[in-house]
Amino acid sequence: MCFFRAQWIFTTHTTWRTVPNIFFFNLFRTFSPSKPAKSLHTQKNRQFFNEPEENFWMVMVVRNPIIEKQSKDGKPIVEYQEEELLDKVYSSVLQQCYSMYKLFNGTFLRAMEDGGVKLLKERLEKFFHRYLQTLHLQSCDLLDIFGGISFFPLDKMTYLKIQSFINRMEESLSIVKYTAFLYNDQLIWSGLEQDDMRILYKYLTTSLFPRHIEPELAGRDSPVRAEMPGNLQHYGRFLTGPLNLNDPEAKCRFPKIFVNTDDTYEALHLIVYKAMSAAVCFMIDASVQPTLDFCRRLDSIVGPQLTVLASDICEQFNINKRMSGHFEYIWKPAQLLGRLMVLGFLLRRAPIDGGAPGDGNAPVDGTIDGRSEKEPQFKFIYFNHMNLAEKSTIHMRKTPSVSLTSVHPDLMKILGDINSDFTRVDEDEEVIVKAMSDYWVVGKKSDQRELYVILNQKNANLIEVNEEVKKLCATQFNNIFFLD
Amino acid sequence: MGEEDYYLELCDRPVHFEKANPVNCVFFDEANKQVFAVRSGGATGVVVKGPDDRNPISFRMEDKGEVKCIKFSLENKILAVQRTSKTVDFSNFIPDSSQLEYTQECKTKNANILGFCWTSSTEIVFITDQGIEFYQVSPEKRSLKLLKSQNINVNWYMYCPEGAVILLSTTVLGNVLQPFYFRAGTMSKLPKFEIELPAVPKSAKLNLSERDIAMATIYGQLYVLFLRHHSRTSNSAGAEVVLYHLPREGACKKMHILKLNRTGKFALNVVDNLVVVHHQDTETSVIFDIKLRGEFDGTVTFHHPVLPARSIQPYQIPMAGPAPVTSQSPVPCKLYSSSWIVFQPDIIISASQGYLWNLQVKLQPIVSLLPDKGRLMDFLLQRKECKMVILSVCSQMLSESDRATLPVIATVFDKLNHEYKKYLDAEQSYTTALEAGQSRSSPLLKRPARTQAVIDQSDMYTHVLSVFTEKKDTSHKFVIAVLMEYIRSLNQFQITVQHYLHELVIKTLVQHNLFYMLHQFLQYHVLSDSKPLKVFTLLPTSCLWIC
Repeated sequence: MCFFRAQWIFTTHTTWRTVPNIFFFNLFRTFSPSKPAKSLHTQKNRQFFNEPEENFWMVMVVRNPIIEKQSKDGKPIVEYQEEELLDKVYSSVLQQCYSMYKLFNGTFLRAMEDGGVKLLKERLEKFFHRYLQTLHLQSCDLLDIFGGISFFPLDKMTYLKIQSFINRMEESLSIVKYTAFLYNDQLIWSGLEQDDMRILYKYLTTSLFPRHIEPELAGRDSPVRAEMPGNLQHYGRFLTGPLNLNDPEAKCRFPKIFVNTDDTYEALHLIVYKAMSAAVCFMIDASVQPTLDFCRRLDSIVGPQLTVLASDICEQFNINKRMSGHFEYIWKPAQLLGRLMVLGFLLRRAPIDGGAPGDGNAPVDGTIDGRSEKEPQFKFIYFNHMNLAEKSTIHMRKTPSVSLTSVHPDLMKILGDINSDFTRVDEDEEVIVKAMSDYWVVGKKSDQRELYVILNQKNANLIEVNEEVKKLCATQFNNIFFLD
Repeated sequence: MGEEDYYLELCDRPVHFEKANPVNCVFFDEANKQVFAVRSGGATGVVVKGPDDRNPISFRMEDKGEVKCIKFSLENKILAVQRTSKTVDFSNFIPDSSQLEYTQECKTKNANILGFCWTSSTEIVFITDQGIEFYQVSPEKRSLKLLKSQNINVNWYMYCPEGAVILLSTTVLGNVLQPFYFRAGTMSKLPKFEIELPAVPKSAKLNLSERDIAMATIYGQLYVLFLRHHSRTSNSAGAEVVLYHLPREGACKKMHILKLNRTGKFALNVVDNLVVVHHQDTETSVIFDIKLRGEFDGTVTFHHPVLPARSIQPYQIPMAGPAPVTSQSPVPCKLYSSSWIVFQPDIIISASQGYLWNLQVKLQPIVSLLPDKGRLMDFLLQRKECKMVILSVCSQMLSESDRATLPVIATVFDKLNHEYKKYLDAEQSYTTALEAGQSRSSPLLKRPARTQAVIDQSDMYTHVLSVFTEKKDTSHKFVIAVLMEYIRSLNQFQITVQHYLHELVIKTLVQHNLFYMLHQFLQYHVLSDSKPLKVFTLLPTSCLWIC
């Protein structure tokens, strides 16, 4: 039991099937343990705590999943599944909530300074009213813990061309302060610092881009502006800002974002411009209001060049893919890696005899580089804490509604469990789990990197599984990951 | 007009000779580039001066009449003097051999010798009004042997020693030119060709003057240059220079037209593969570079002057004399004087003043006269002494006050690296051929020459980039953009990037705490090298773990 006086700032009661309410409160420092508990488990709920700024606490309450059963007398009984939720996943979600809020609103403290509790409450209300609807807590998993960035694999020359493009654009459009470049929803370049990019990336890939995919698929995205005289044909268009540049009344309003809140505290306009699969984010100082003229100029300079660049990237990517597994281009081992690590082989978990894989889930089909069917089938998640690079063959393309995985939730939960294990220990380790009938789950942690593999191999024993994973590492990651 | 504005100058060490007067005749030999001052028919002395030899050759010879032509064979072995229209006299200048003169009369009956040319140290060609005669001279026997001759009506002739080609003007109008090529005792007739005259002449008389024709080697190819005073197309009144390419094999072909856009008196020189056209009326000159892009109409390429017309840089005649203490100040030299005679490729002679100059191109002033940096680089890369000028252009375009835009910088880097790559490839195939066992003495195997236009990474690093990155007033964003642009350009030409360039990028990023950018560059292997990067000692260990 804890006793504390709290001043409630903001509460929202939005309910979904399995989902929670979020509370915010300002906790006066009457209760300040040196190591605050991050979650509180109860039968019905689980509460997650986060203190993102000093004296500001965020609490998220998630209801445990329920199963309705018939009791002997025919009455329905609700049974709470207390062990289903993973602490780390939801505390990460809570942290992400704050980061996202901060990206578009700045810090809590700033709001308090600018307009007191009233302003802060307004901002929270406005932001979370919409944002909570986009959280799909039932499908949160390991990837939410990582909050990683998927980098687009690319050869050096094309990468340098993109660099050159960005530098030229920043020169021609001198008010641009930072630029980020993405292709196929994967990051190629960020002028922002890593933490800011991480959350901006999340926003772009889970919110902004998916919103624009559907019109694209419907064929409404063909702004080849041949009607503009003297203009090169191009496929560029604004994802934020003016929809139609020919409309003199077009509004040039861009989302405002806040970056580097720890030191320089910069407010920026976020201009997202896309041509085919290439998207560029131009960030300009919020004190400068972009005019329609500026937008037109941007369109005429960036549009044609970005269109050409996008088709170059596409072409080059296809060439590289044909030449070898496309992984190599980005993950090729650097000779710089001087340190050798000895991996501890730890078998820390007894094989779990799980149930049969769910019917709705496709079998694991690890055909990353078109191996023959005799080869072992696998899927994996890779994450590097240093550059936040993540790669998953488990997750399908994210849609605005849910992020789909191709494996059974039970397997995903095992991955989450292994990750929790890794967090507790600082050393490098490896965990091999036998799950359900045909699945083996392997987790490896090597300094800043983590790799999780799901293998579907009938009747394999531990030694064989270990060999397969070694083979996989050798072919997919060369020797970057495991140097044993 | 400041001194920095003149892009043509006369060499500062001219050949000085006794100026022409009634008793002193001056001759110029284009093959040896020697000036002969013949006093009183040689009786009171002949002084021969060349551009390179500082010790003039002086001798006396008997006055046997007016000297019409006087020339040494190559290496100054035999002197040939023409005094009559039928004969040429020879005397040996070989030590320990007879000094007695011997004479050769032209073989063709009733022919008049127009002149002669030495094609080697012992081979000579007589050009008569009825053809040419090719002789072998044997100084020991003091006699000549006819090797070959050809009958053809000749109006006038022209000799290009660099190309070893003699051009004969034939037919009544004089506009059909017959070239002959000489090599090691052989004379070969090349296909004749016709110079298109500006207008159909009214009367059948000589219409093409030798004054309007020149021959010169430009970019290793022999060209006949024709100064056409009026364009054939009526809409442009200005004169033009037509360049006919004269290959060793195959027909002569009209290739380039240089538009002068003015009329009057012109003279031509070729300096450093540039065609220089002097205009006497305005006392200015223009230059043309046929390698620069012109307008191609399907058959010929039209060129305009590379730069605005400028005078040759004013020149002071040094007051040479035995007494260095004389207080006489240098005399300004009259440029574009009517007493100037111009010879190919780069010689200007003032017979009245007694000077022979080589014309030179100054590159530094051109930098400010040619604002288009891409074109400037195209121009500079073809020049002999270009390296330091190119490097200074690079430094200048990165300087805060004179900064070029990134696309321009990229263009310049690409042009430099294109040239650099060509050299690396040539060097590579030479090494491969050597390893494959081809003999070093094989004539086909020649080590590629490294011209000044090859600006490698170390040049760029030393003279441009390392200095540029040290500058305090330049934004780091620009510094990184420039370095990346250079690395991009090298990669584009598949040139291995040297580790010191990577180090420069890393140093700049680290100095400005741009670790995340550095992460990303390392991640995409933009900054990687087989050589260990020394700069890694500067880095936080985190950077080592991102790959």
